[in-house]
Amino acid sequence: MTLIRGRRILAGAMTLVAAAALAACGSKTTDGNTSAGVAADVSGDTVKVGLLNSLSGTMAISEVTVRDAIMLAIEEINAAGGVLDKKIEPVGEDGASDWPTFAEKAEKLIREDRVAAVFGCWTSASRKAVKPVFEKNKALLFYPVQYEGLEQSPYIFYTGATTNQQIVPGLDYLKAQGATSLYLVGSDYVFPRTANKIIKAYAEANGMKVLGEDYAPLGSTEFGTITNKVKSSGADAVFNTLNGDSNVAFFKEYKSAGLTADSMPVVSVSIAEEEVKSIGTQYLEGQLTAWNYYQTTPGAANEKFVAAYKAKYGADKPTSDPMEAAYVSVYLWKAMVEKAGTFDVEKVREASDGITFEAPEGLVTVDGATQHIAKTARVGKVGADGLITEVWNSGEPITPDPYLKSYPWAGGLS
Amino acid sequence: MTTVARDPVAATDPAPTPPTRPAAGPSRHRYRAAVGFAFGAALLFAVAPLLLSDFRLSLLAKYLCVAMVAVGIGLAWGRGGMLTLGQGVFFGLGGYAMAMHLKLADAGPGTMPDFMMLYGQLDELPLWWRPFASPWFALPATVLLPMAVAFVLGSLVFRRRVRGAYFAILSQALAAAMVILLIGQQGTTGGTNGLTDIQGFFGYDLDDPVNQRMVYFIIAGTLLALLALARHLMQSRYGELLVAVRDSEERVRFLGYDPATVKLVAYVVAAGMAGLAGALFVPAVGIISPALIGIVPSIEFVIGVAIGGRATLLGPVLGAVAVAWARTALSERFPGTWTYLQGLLFVVVVAFLPGGLASLIGLARRRDDGEPRPSRLSRFRPRRREGAA
Repeated sequence: MTLIRGRRILAGAMTLVAAAALAACGSKTTDGNTSAGVAADVSGDTVKVGLLNSLSGTMAISEVTVRDAIMLAIEEINAAGGVLDKKIEPVGEDGASDWPTFAEKAEKLIREDRVAAVFGCWTSASRKAVKPVFEKNKALLFYPVQYEGLEQSPYIFYTGATTNQQIVPGLDYLKAQGATSLYLVGSDYVFPRTANKIIKAYAEANGMKVLGEDYAPLGSTEFGTITNKVKSSGADAVFNTLNGDSNVAFFKEYKSAGLTADSMPVVSVSIAEEEVKSIGTQYLEGQLTAWNYYQTTPGAANEKFVAAYKAKYGADKPTSDPMEAAYVSVYLWKAMVEKAGTFDVEKVREASDGITFEAPEGLVTVDGATQHIAKTARVGKVGADGLITEVWNSGEPITPDPYLKSYPWAGGLS
Repeated sequence: MTTVARDPVAATDPAPTPPTRPAAGPSRHRYRAAVGFAFGAALLFAVAPLLLSDFRLSLLAKYLCVAMVAVGIGLAWGRGGMLTLGQGVFFGLGGYAMAMHLKLADAGPGTMPDFMMLYGQLDELPLWWRPFASPWFALPATVLLPMAVAFVLGSLVFRRRVRGAYFAILSQALAAAMVILLIGQQGTTGGTNGLTDIQGFFGYDLDDPVNQRMVYFIIAGTLLALLALARHLMQSRYGELLVAVRDSEERVRFLGYDPATVKLVAYVVAAGMAGLAGALFVPAVGIISPALIGIVPSIEFVIGVAIGGRATLLGPVLGAVAVAWARTALSERFPGTWTYLQGLLFVVVVAFLPGGLASLIGLARRRDDGEPRPSRLSRFRPRRREGAA
């Protein structure tokens, strides 16, 4: 017996020693250049790009539409001759609404498929998970969704709005309408919590009162208590950063509590045309949203985009802001590559500053310093037909300011 | 309700075994175990690194971390009958303890981790973060913290004779509670983002593929060590007692043992293994977040174990690796439909192989020998024919 035990312990000890010996082979060099980026494979007559979206899990409903829009742009570009005479070959991966999976798939796209760029991600958590992967491999990500700002990675292009292009204009609009008090409702994750911090700082500097702040877990459908608190607060308006299914439950409760768009308007920043459809127009009619693009945005570029999208995916499919930003991101990448004359990531980044594109939302310009996009801010009202019509816009594209450096009230935020 | 009723593999005759067991370990058996471990070590240390690209090897490292959790679940659930649906909590405690240390080490003395300045707007490091700056605190904490939590919870629960479905629900509630806590404290825990962007591992730059390989070797070595520990526990007198408690807690109590203590040991050991797995997961993957430790991942840990065969030594490990590998392979091949295929796989295994993949080997053997199905207890005694598994 003791012999058996001794041998077993010996075996265990030996494996540990082996592990330790092998571990000692690790190199401690930290001169920074140990991991040169993996160059994209452009040897053939195609160039691969990665599509990284959630096709399963809670985020799938939103992210699939983004992938559809990216695919549309790729098809259009290929039909027009491709990029630098190479056809684009999309490689799709499922992020599965799971942040570490996003990191794993990003690494696979970069290292195994050797794509020239990756398009995708939706939630901030997934972006935070893949950011180190792109920085480590010196590869490019185009992120198409409005987000909470306070980030600027050299290997990410942010084609959705940062806070000063969506939330701040939304607040400006409310202030101009005479709102002096706000109630904040959001899902419990990074974007709403960070957005609300910014909103509170804005409110304090602009003489508005924040009467309450409530968070519901992602996917929660219990809004009785929150709605009652909102109602009894008597706020002039509600700023809503809820995401996904929760909006359905929230707006139903909101209506049944007797609150309306006239008595207490709600400004939402995560409800686009697609979501309006699933929540139900009867609950949302007259409520406000803040974005940079609506399906109804006028202009020839948008007419062409909407027509092409409906022709490919069905006449009942609406187009929305994140879809448009994703569609635009492919064209921006193409323009950068063509300006640089190469797919080389560093050269593409250098070429990015000042690239413009006549997008469905209007003219957009890449700001090379922040790698964000100058965009026009828009506030819209949900109509009876489920589409959103613009009630206000910023008139001209707003220069991105992810750290809100040009806003004195935001001094303590970053 | 005891777990016997829910276990389709269980024969209903838990024949008490007299303590003649130690004599039943013939030399051939010992030899087999050693060969098994040598084979496993050769596979993990030589074959895998030679055949796999850096990227695939880092995926394997991740799978092996899940396998470590599975070893613990195999012990607690397969042998102890405690269906623990909350191993994510212990995985998370270990992972966060390690990640907190690495984040602080990355930031350097006197500076705060990046996310705290973004979301927390704190002037100084919160008090409960401070001890994790020292590796002498953080490293033992990755294992001891989960064990301590499991000890407190286990002592309360097992003494009150909470078991079966009630225990499963309780363990799951703990996982849900921990996730809510982490998300709510965004300023100090990183919220839903978790702790990301971990650059260094005790001075080694994790971006360097050589160091990634080193992390893999540490993980592979640790897994083998944990397997040796689990085997040792399973074959000891304690292991016999654990199986006896699983099969008939009342009888064991009448024999004069305290079933609560027996279960507690297995539960605490399983928690320690999950904590260690979480700690090693962090340098391998570079992220720990509430999404990795909530109810869904906790159930996924158990699924791997069920598919592999929970009552065997190697079954949980192979099942966990197989499920994780299938997840990657299927999702790369069929990005749109892989979840259905994965579901189908689970249904097939549970419906047709309730004892898991490991029972395939047993089935084949019995057919060869024309041997009757062994009784529940004797199946787990070291026997000539069972080998390392």
